Amino acid sequence: MNSLERALVKATQGGLPLVPRPYEALAKDLAISETQVISLLQKMLGDGRIRRIGAVPNHYALGYTANAMSVWDVADEAVDELGRAVGALSFVTHCYRRARRLPEWPYNLFAMVHGRSRADTAAKIELIRAALGRFVRAADVLYSTRILKKTGARIA
Amino acid sequence: MDELDRRIVNELQGGFPLCERPFQEVSRRLSTTEAELLWRLKNLLQTKTLTRFGPLYDAERLGGGFSLCAMSVPPEEFERVAALVNAHPEVAHNYERAHRLNMWFVLATDDAAKIPGIVSRIEKETGCRVLNLPREEEYFVELRLTA
Repeated sequence: MNSLERALVKATQGGLPLVPRPYEALAKDLAISETQVISLLQKMLGDGRIRRIGAVPNHYALGYTANAMSVWDVADEAVDELGRAVGALSFVTHCYRRARRLPEWPYNLFAMVHGRSRADTAAKIELIRAALGRFVRAADVLYSTRILKKTGARIA
Repeated sequence: MDELDRRIVNELQGGFPLCERPFQEVSRRLSTTEAELLWRLKNLLQTKTLTRFGPLYDAERLGGGFSLCAMSVPPEEFERVAALVNAHPEVAHNYERAHRLNMWFVLATDDAAKIPGIVSRIEKETGCRVLNLPREEEYFVELRLTA
């Protein structure tokens, strides 16, 4: 990341200016042109450093009150294939492989599920269990009960 | 939240245009005005229906570090510990969960090498052990939710 990119990240990680010409407002702060801001954002979108530009909703405010982190212990040889299969389920919003911490934490596959009721979310989790089939050795479900902080990453 | 708010939340989770008047372009798609869209967006942020509006960066691709951490916090200590954890700017989000491990937070830093230091500082400050669960592979991330 060059110094201009770092300055752009720093200027936007709290959000875009809510004005008719947000990229012009950023350009003024960074002492570059509006066109430069736009092409820099375009480049970072293109190479994946920006996932997307847009709004991040509060799950609870949209009625998604049953937000669960489902965690699974599956065999290391199978986890990548299973992770891709679970990630492809329409209702799974995040799916990761993470390090185990034995003996306390045996789970290596994480899938986040959001629903409008516990019954809705539990039914979705059963579909994950079915997709994992005989590979499941152990599993747990952790419902979130409160957002304590949600500012997003501050990395520059 | 009325029908237009709902449509705004859904539309703004998609790709926001990169042009001189992006809000104007989105407002046309929603058959409203630029001014109305901006006013409603400010409102949605103020009421915390939206937590953020802007570029979503992939910290790892920016060269930074990310880790999910869990702690088992005694209930009577919970609020105090939450304040200590949240005070770190590297804590991007933090959730209470119904589990023995009842506090789950994500650390995001500009340098992956800083993660262990922050973890041990949080352990020292709070007196709680941190289970550090770094991501090894990402299979899927979807950041949209239908309003």
